[in-house]
Amino acid sequence: MKGFLSLIDNLGKAVLRNVEEAGKILLLFFSVLSWAVRPPLKFKNIMKQMEFVGVKSIFVVVLTGTFTGMVMALQGYHGFRMFSAESLVGSTVALGMTRELGPVLTSLMVTARAGSAMAAELGSMRVTEQIDALYVMAANPIQHLIVPRIIAGIAMVPILTVVSDFVGIAGGYFVGVHVLQINEGLFLKNITKLVTLNDIYNGLVKAACFGLILSLVGCYKGFNTRGGAEGVGRATTEAVVLASISILVADYFLTAIMF
Amino acid sequence: MQDMIQLKDIHKSFGAQKVLDGLDLNIEDGQTTVIIGRSGGGKSVLLKHIIGLIRPDSGQVVVDGEDITKLNDKQLNEVRKKFGMLFQEGALFDSMTVGENVSFPLVEHTKMTDEEIRQVVAERLKAVGLTGVEGKMPSELSGGMRKRVALARAIALHPQIVLFDEPTTGLDPVLTEAINQLIIDTQRNLNLTCIVISHDIESIFRVGHKIALLYGGKIIEYGTPEEIRASKNPVLVQFLSGSTEGPIQIM
Ligand SMILES: Nc1ncnc2c1ncn2[C@@H]1O[C@H](COP(=O)(O)OP(=O)(O)OP(=O)(O)O)[C@@H](O)[C@H]1O
Ligand SMILES: [Mg+2]
Repeated sequence: MKGFLSLIDNLGKAVLRNVEEAGKILLLFFSVLSWAVRPPLKFKNIMKQMEFVGVKSIFVVVLTGTFTGMVMALQGYHGFRMFSAESLVGSTVALGMTRELGPVLTSLMVTARAGSAMAAELGSMRVTEQIDALYVMAANPIQHLIVPRIIAGIAMVPILTVVSDFVGIAGGYFVGVHVLQINEGLFLKNITKLVTLNDIYNGLVKAACFGLILSLVGCYKGFNTRGGAEGVGRATTEAVVLASISILVADYFLTAIMF
Repeated sequence: MQDMIQLKDIHKSFGAQKVLDGLDLNIEDGQTTVIIGRSGGGKSVLLKHIIGLIRPDSGQVVVDGEDITKLNDKQLNEVRKKFGMLFQEGALFDSMTVGENVSFPLVEHTKMTDEEIRQVVAERLKAVGLTGVEGKMPSELSGGMRKRVALARAIALHPQIVLFDEPTTGLDPVLTEAINQLIIDTQRNLNLTCIVISHDIESIFRVGHKIALLYGGKIIEYGTPEEIRASKNPVLVQFLSGSTEGPIQIM
């Protein structure tokens, strides 16, 4: 009985903790919104973050996108061959990439690369009192540090997703047409027939939401870091875990709404 | 003399640890007040109360006639524009160059042109004995250089009130003297109100118009350098002589 009660107790505490954290992240989001519409925007910081989140992630995104497209083509081929529908491989890859894998894989890669870096950077700024120094100089850390990162996240993840979609489909094309010898004309025709612009748009809306999630979580964890170098490490890990989970959960609900 | 800053009955605990315990202190306008006290005694915490980085559990912090513990963020920002602060560890922005660090308050709060800013930055850096370091990153500097850059940033705007958390710790004797002289000169020329935390006994007497001893969460001695030198307070005597014998326990 006692063990059971303490189980309930711990469960309740965990729920409370998570609800509280979700609330705090939401509050941070609102203050980011209010600072984002208040001039002056820090253009230099925004550009710097866009470069970091976007340009410097291209390589990993291209790599993961290409191989995902290639492996989808390979897997799809073995399935579709059973009922001689090999020509559907192309559209399967294209739909999979644009609707799902492009946005999700891209944002997971960006979470690992840039979301974690946001948490680490802001975390170390917190523990070395650089954030206090901003307050002291009457400069708002949300305006200076967080708004540029969130804008970069929302803007760059969709762009990276376009890249990922493209190289994924190209990878699928390469494997399908050149390795597996699927008829090129049918392969391409099915893609244009079955994939609509809406599939791509919706995928990009997802990507923008994921970009918001990963940058918001990264900034929140970093900004609220406590306790030295160890705290920075903890914040980084927590940011990656929380952002990844949130992205996958949000993906389900966004898909349910949009498709 | 008028009081620029008044701390009234400040209490502050972190968890079970009581750091400030009914502290009262008045900082006079246009003077340098030095705060001394044992390591871990709460000097940095006290300084952060003055600029509103830490809110007291109870008590008042009155800056220029305004109780800043009651202000919201926006009002507090206005008050902070009167301040410059040197953090104990410098707190330089490590993603920015030295030049960008020192120019930060100028870019934020003035309408100076790039050229004017460049000149002021070079001037402030020269005052702390650094030239040609504008393009370096803080991580490329020595500890003492970082401290001096942070000092240059703290006084970049010539604020009305400057808080120095151990400005000379970690500097060689020549630089220590130069920084003391810099604090004395800037304070005198611009009639600033300065608060300096220091462990360096010689600096204390050179820089301070008033000296305050923080011990047990309170200011237990306060006076001019002469009064402090003449004081018979056993804590103060032990502190100034650096003896291990006396009321200050090491453990
Ligand atoms: N943010 C904080 N959270 C918890 N405890 C803190 C915090 N800041 C300071 N303390 C505690 O308050 C006490 C006083 O710290 P403070 O930094 O003011 O000392 P100090 O007098 O400046 O010492 P030193 O001369 O070594 O710099 C220390 O015991 C420290 O552990
Ligand atoms: Mg200190």
